[in-house]
Amino acid sequence: MADWSDPRLRTQVLQRFGLGPKPGQGGTVADVRERLLAEISSDGAPQPRVGFSGAAPIGRALYAFEDEERAAREAKRVAVQQGGGQPAMGQGVQVAAASPMPGQPQGSIAAPAQPAPPFPQAVYREEVVSRVQGALEAEAGFAERLVQFWSNHFCVSVAKGNFVRAMAGAFEREAIRPNIFGRFEDLLIAVESHPAMLNFLDNQLSIGPDSRAGKRRGRGLNENLAREIMELHTLGVSGGYTQADVTSLARIITGWTVVGRDARLGFPGSFAFNPGLHDPGGQRLLGKVYRQEGKEKGMAALADLARHPSTASFIARKLARHFVADDPPQALVAELARVFRDTGGDLAALSRALVTSELAGVAPATKLRTPQEFLVAAFRALGRKPDYGQVAGPLGVMGQPLWQPSGPDGYPDTNAAWATPEGIKTRIDVAAQLGRQAAGSVADPRALVEEVLGPLASPQTRQAVARAESKPQALALLLMSPEFQRR
Amino acid sequence: MAADDDDCERMTPSRRAVLGAASALFAWSYMPKFAHAAAGSRDSRFLLVVLRGALDGLSAVPPLGDPGYADLREGIALAKDGPEAALPLDGFFYLHPAMPNLARLYAEGQAAIVHASATGYRERSHFDGQDVLESGQGGPGKTDSGWLNRLIASLPPGEAVSRHGALGVGVVPPLVVRGSAPVLGWAPPRMARAGADLVQRLSDLYGERDPALALVLKRAIETELIASKQGAEQPRGGGGPDSAEGMKRIAEGAARLVGAEDGPRIAALAFEGWDTHANEGGAKGRLATLLGGLDGALATFESGLKTVWKDTVVMVVTEFGRTARVNGTVGTDHGTGTVAFLVGGAVKGRRMIVDWPGLKPEQLHEQRDLRPTTDIRAVAKGVVADLFGLSGPVLAEKVFPGTGGFAPMQGLVI
Repeated sequence: MADWSDPRLRTQVLQRFGLGPKPGQGGTVADVRERLLAEISSDGAPQPRVGFSGAAPIGRALYAFEDEERAAREAKRVAVQQGGGQPAMGQGVQVAAASPMPGQPQGSIAAPAQPAPPFPQAVYREEVVSRVQGALEAEAGFAERLVQFWSNHFCVSVAKGNFVRAMAGAFEREAIRPNIFGRFEDLLIAVESHPAMLNFLDNQLSIGPDSRAGKRRGRGLNENLAREIMELHTLGVSGGYTQADVTSLARIITGWTVVGRDARLGFPGSFAFNPGLHDPGGQRLLGKVYRQEGKEKGMAALADLARHPSTASFIARKLARHFVADDPPQALVAELARVFRDTGGDLAALSRALVTSELAGVAPATKLRTPQEFLVAAFRALGRKPDYGQVAGPLGVMGQPLWQPSGPDGYPDTNAAWATPEGIKTRIDVAAQLGRQAAGSVADPRALVEEVLGPLASPQTRQAVARAESKPQALALLLMSPEFQRR
Repeated sequence: MAADDDDCERMTPSRRAVLGAASALFAWSYMPKFAHAAAGSRDSRFLLVVLRGALDGLSAVPPLGDPGYADLREGIALAKDGPEAALPLDGFFYLHPAMPNLARLYAEGQAAIVHASATGYRERSHFDGQDVLESGQGGPGKTDSGWLNRLIASLPPGEAVSRHGALGVGVVPPLVVRGSAPVLGWAPPRMARAGADLVQRLSDLYGERDPALALVLKRAIETELIASKQGAEQPRGGGGPDSAEGMKRIAEGAARLVGAEDGPRIAALAFEGWDTHANEGGAKGRLATLLGGLDGALATFESGLKTVWKDTVVMVVTEFGRTARVNGTVGTDHGTGTVAFLVGGAVKGRRMIVDWPGLKPEQLHEQRDLRPTTDIRAVAKGVVADLFGLSGPVLAEKVFPGTGGFAPMQGLVI
């Protein structure tokens, strides 16, 4: 039996399931499990404060932005043809990569007046800052960690283009946050019908070969989303489906699309089911034939995929691997899978089972924090309120910018991926910079070790911090200590 | 263990000497083992470039001589003539017009193209496909080590190759180099480096508290040492591995390290963004931009590795191909057969290595994908056998387990 009065265990559990202690939380948290459980709410995870309410208004504004750009390009072309002068600055600008200005010293982002970023990048920046702000305000941060987990499980990537860049934050706010303590089925349906996902995995372009549009235009299926739903979102790659199942699911979800600027099917930028693109008739998926009308066919298929035993095992393993160990205890995975199956995918029950599991609590802290976790934990420990550049810069160099994985499988979640020579070296660079930024506001790094690491701090780490040549170096050593890096 | 072979290898004359002998060319085909062994004295360089996302081989190297091509590729087909004509290779196969450097290298005898090729993987998951490609195993799910790492572990300690280890480019190095043999890491620098004193103190702290972190930090310090000896620092910033600029920077950095006297002899790097499901484009467009980036990276390797180029092979591979027929969104979905490139001064070039399966519906794999007729592992085995003097059995047991059934492809390297 674990000894829950042991302050070391309590601090470790807070690190494992939370975002990292703030000053004062490290040593004295008697009711750590209660504090984590208190964040499980039927309302889902707290919503960050942003100016844009959701995908639809963002979509409409994005279309307007693109129309303006096109008009500006056209005007420029005409001007050039007529031998006229230079077009106005800042028009027709392509959106640059998410990373901030390279080489620009952090903390001095108050640069000379730059032109305002184009609309998609402006929205992305606001979403990034609000997301991090919410993480800094969170108490223990269990709900926020689950948001990160599910957001990576159902990832979209802003590298896809302006549409996802503008929508990625809204996707997390609308599809993920409200559903992380609800039923997995509802989370799944919210995700797969969100405009950001439909764009990211090309389903808004997919046309049923036997649909009205398919017969007329001779264009057809795009099976990208259907494949990833089964491989990455539900069953897992060895979950027992075939190429024929992929094609069937692709046909089933034809017509799941995004309303265009013409507003013919609803509010521009929002989800719509377009019957003109939908493949009529029954489809056989995993041995079962779906004959529902229209959108209901896809809803029924997703509901069945959500309740499939392969899905329970796949999610259970991924969750245990994320929070506990690269190779998690088999008994823990089995228990989580059982809870998932028995409750019909009740994510509140699943989250509760995870936090209260003895096996999950006492496992040694082997997992290296991901770059995003590390940066947020550092900001929390140092009491910083970062601006966009101070978030995006370090995340870019450490290889984990927000909502920008290189593929639909999301960012990797094992030490093999992050505990690499270049990865650690870059982390040290980031820690050195954070140390320089925070040196003025932290009174005594030695006291901070006690306040955030508390009983976890080793004598060697205490000594290294105490003997540092400067306050910035002391803080960098604290941030890069094994006890801070692993959870 | 292949220790006996290896002892033997060191006593044989150099490969060039063998070829210089009067009857050597005749003897060659009868003495593959001997020839492999002789290659051990060459100080070879091998760079593996992984294109993540599945390269459309039918667009990169279009078979314009195949009557089925144009119909399958409506909207993205390339043409033999016109302002954006594809570049001729052998009269049947052409090269995408965004790749003039590769066309030149091919014409100069320094590039070979393997078409209708694939690993042994026949499903269509990117991630499993990349795992199989990089782990060198028969199936997915075995990701504790990559085949390049096991290759180094199979070489006798003390040789230049094993002494210097492999380079894995990127903050997250490719699986193909991960494993028990030492891996150096490098990525294009994008932020001011921390002071050496801080690094030293952390190295001490990890040494006492965290052996795993101590080891990776040690390797990072070693790599930086090699890079610093090679002169000027690269400029910071720039695009990612899915942009032409990012590919060039990665290629520059890898060439600088691999070209160094005391640098790694083997490197693995990855370029991203090849998953062209929609609006793939033809002579211009999304795929063309990526191919242009790859082409620029190949030219960068050539110039950056100038002094060792004659002993270098750059192998460009991807996890699988894409559907033969264009899909409903003017792109292509996940497929099977595709192309691989071999580039470098050590390549016996100016040839297509292909057993063309054809593009008629019944000739396609599952009536949808280019049928693979060449196993890319036979090509990889042939290249590393010639470059590093590994024997067939070692390659079939350690490096690519379970591939005893097909031999290393002969004669890929000069």
